[in-house]
Amino acid sequence: MDKTINLTLKVWRQNGPREKGHFETYQVKNISVDSSFLEMLDILNEQLISENKEPVAFDHDCREGICGMCSLYINGRPHGPDDDVTTCQLHMRRFKDGDTVTIEPWRAKAFPVIKDLMVNRSAFDEIIAAGGYVSVSTGGVPDGNAIPIPKPDADEAMDAAACIGCGACVAACKNASAMLFLSAKVSQLALLPQGRVEAKRRAIAMVNKMNELGFGACTNTRACEAECPKSVSISHIARLNREFLKASFAS
Amino acid sequence: MSKSDLKINSKIPEGQLAEKWTNYKTHQKLVNPANKRRLDVIVVGTGLAGASAAASLAELGFKVKNFTIQDSPRRAHSIAAQGGINAAKNYPNDGDSVYRLFYDTIKGGDYRAREANVYRLAEVSNSIIDQCVAQGVPFAREYGGLLDNRSFGGAQVSRTFYARGQTGQQLLLGAYQALMRQVHNGGVELHTRTELVDIVIVDGKARGIIARDLVTGKLHRHFGHAVVLATGGYGNTFFLSTNAMGSNGSAAIKAYHKGALFANPCYAQIHPTCIPVHGEFQSKLTLMSESLRNDGRIWVPKKKEDAEAIRAGRLKPTQIAEDDRDYYLERRYPAFGNLVPRDVASRAAKERCDAGFGVNATGLAVYLDFKEAIERLGRKVIEERYGNLFQMYEKITDENPYETPMMIYPAIHYTMGGIWVDYELQTTIPGLFCCGEANFSDHGANRLGASALMQGLADGYFVLPYTIQNYLADDIRTPRMDPDKQPEFAEAEAGVTKRFEKLLAIKGARSVDSIHKELGIIMWDFVGMARNKDGLKQAVEKIDAIRKEFWTNVRIPGNTDGMNVELEKASRLADFIEIGSLMARDAYNREESCGGHFREEYQTEEGEALRQDDKFSYVSCWKYAGDGQEPELVKEPLDYEFVKRAQRNYK
Repeated sequence: MDKTINLTLKVWRQNGPREKGHFETYQVKNISVDSSFLEMLDILNEQLISENKEPVAFDHDCREGICGMCSLYINGRPHGPDDDVTTCQLHMRRFKDGDTVTIEPWRAKAFPVIKDLMVNRSAFDEIIAAGGYVSVSTGGVPDGNAIPIPKPDADEAMDAAACIGCGACVAACKNASAMLFLSAKVSQLALLPQGRVEAKRRAIAMVNKMNELGFGACTNTRACEAECPKSVSISHIARLNREFLKASFAS
Repeated sequence: MSKSDLKINSKIPEGQLAEKWTNYKTHQKLVNPANKRRLDVIVVGTGLAGASAAASLAELGFKVKNFTIQDSPRRAHSIAAQGGINAAKNYPNDGDSVYRLFYDTIKGGDYRAREANVYRLAEVSNSIIDQCVAQGVPFAREYGGLLDNRSFGGAQVSRTFYARGQTGQQLLLGAYQALMRQVHNGGVELHTRTELVDIVIVDGKARGIIARDLVTGKLHRHFGHAVVLATGGYGNTFFLSTNAMGSNGSAAIKAYHKGALFANPCYAQIHPTCIPVHGEFQSKLTLMSESLRNDGRIWVPKKKEDAEAIRAGRLKPTQIAEDDRDYYLERRYPAFGNLVPRDVASRAAKERCDAGFGVNATGLAVYLDFKEAIERLGRKVIEERYGNLFQMYEKITDENPYETPMMIYPAIHYTMGGIWVDYELQTTIPGLFCCGEANFSDHGANRLGASALMQGLADGYFVLPYTIQNYLADDIRTPRMDPDKQPEFAEAEAGVTKRFEKLLAIKGARSVDSIHKELGIIMWDFVGMARNKDGLKQAVEKIDAIRKEFWTNVRIPGNTDGMNVELEKASRLADFIEIGSLMARDAYNREESCGGHFREEYQTEEGEALRQDDKFSYVSCWKYAGDGQEPELVKEPLDYEFVKRAQRNYK
């Protein structure tokens, strides 16, 4: 038989972006330590439904750590107490019987709460729309092997591209800055010859959009890097700053 | 339409296999740039097929409205594909060609796909790689700077391009970025957290959708000169699958209810390498990429007593001597070994576990062992190839796969069946198109690894942007309709409102998930990896009972105002019940074994799938006949003009 634990949950409940939120306390019992954190929340919701209460709203989808949809600030840490995982990959073996677990949404001006633990992250889409792409249309492109790319560059681009857009970096940052997210895309594309062409323009457009959307500035506290479930490095922020400065001098 | 009226016309172009697509493109109708601006196209879904179609259509100048149920287009489940994408580039010089990719796909699909569609897929595969490289997709590369390839199940060449274990993510982000560029340029109007709840037909043509804003709960009407569904597969009918929690078959069911045909619903793929089930509150199954089978060796203990000792926790796999291990895939299929296609690998695992050799406490698992590969290549190489997968496995199971073999078991992963489309990807409803996993078209009865990404992007980048013009060219004089003045929109919306009210009024005792889990167990037990006549008959009856239970006893808290996640789930479950029923009926009808559809009555002496080409060489197309009525079966014959059918042999 699996080992099970009982927990006290303090969950943030909020009806809408302009409503006042508060913590509700719930008890969950006999949670298998092999369950994931979100399965534990499923159990809580089943319990609430059986009591004719409204279930807790939270974002989730793939439940294998890649879609970036799940969020949650758990006991003061984005994606909870385990390293290099998203909330959906966090398992209950990280908690002890009798623990109190505090669950909050991402908190950032640019990510308003939609309901309970769900926030609106469309600001990230707007940053990408501002320039996070190579401006090529479908068709008429050269052969895939026409331009050799040094393996270390391709590998580093992939390291940056591993970002899942979950927003943990913003949630972890005391300034609610989106610099890690933004720099990962700028860096990925600047490292590849296909993206190099627009690198400066891209950096300026994306940074301006980020500022406009109400994200804070980067003050190099590195909390983003520490909490990133995909270990995206802040060295990308340094590369972004270089691109941005070069572009600013040029203009 | 009465029984005799419905004629299946797959619109396969004339000519030799290799000329068909070129001929089509040469002779099709096109829409000029000034007219494109006047034409609206609705694209539902933002996965590989949806995002690539929406971006490409907007680049051409059409006005696109794109819908997703998630908070961002980048969340679509294509993102979770790990292993890679096939293309016939033949960069490794190992004998690949468009014909060989075509042939492998036809054979892998157990000769139940259309030749012309599959050939076109193989033909455009190379352009996909070029396109993705140009977008800045960071594919794996060799030290010389050129693209790397690896091998995959069902092929004897290395034709799979990959980006670590995150190929789906990188391809989707490429398509997503192309899409966001069009959002920025004003070519695409994006609607996030919005769900299609009905399709609107005006004068026999698809002219729009009713969509529910999942945040406000409000219904909205959207007009389009054409509607494209790119809404993915219906694997979640089984409750437990590798699909994302939100993946659903509701758009397909709406189309089916409006008269589109549901083709080959019983063709579902069971993926051999998933992490085994741990307990009753499990919400989903996690896939371990098939690419692991390149270096991992699959085995179970040779002796039953060893398997029993392992299940009881008295013995560890590392304590079992080499001679006492049964590498059953290498034993049964020496030519392909651990790289046999997915259906073959899955059934072989089930066969061993059913025979009492399974491991894990449940007895429903086999080992995937990297010991030999680590000795041969070194831990560093294995880390480079599969590091993120090993990490994921360890986080979930708390076991280190570098030191002890992984445990795996098959799970529902992909559905080859889907909405019937012709060569132009158009359904039987004029103006309603269907792309990607949501359609039935290219994989026959079984899909090969690394071909889902290929098909999704082929449809969205290179097929639909052409074929949809052949339809829209006749529509350039149709002005935009105002959905508020069109009675068909009001009628469809009223139908949706009524259905939601009906669901909320049930006020029963059971949660949506509890009923969904019950459906899933029936599907797995009777419509899963091995099926038989009696079981399928029972399944149809049991699903009828579940339908009744759902519509009389489901409990949905809240109302239609604002966000109501349980209402969304309930609405999707009602549709999954219909799909489950169709799957069981289709599997009952198909008295043969082929690809992912295995009927126990039809197997060779060695336990391999036995097709009945003389009786079942057709696409089963199901036509909705009204609630509570038996659906009508319409057949599209599959004529093999170019390939000689043979029994699949991977020995």
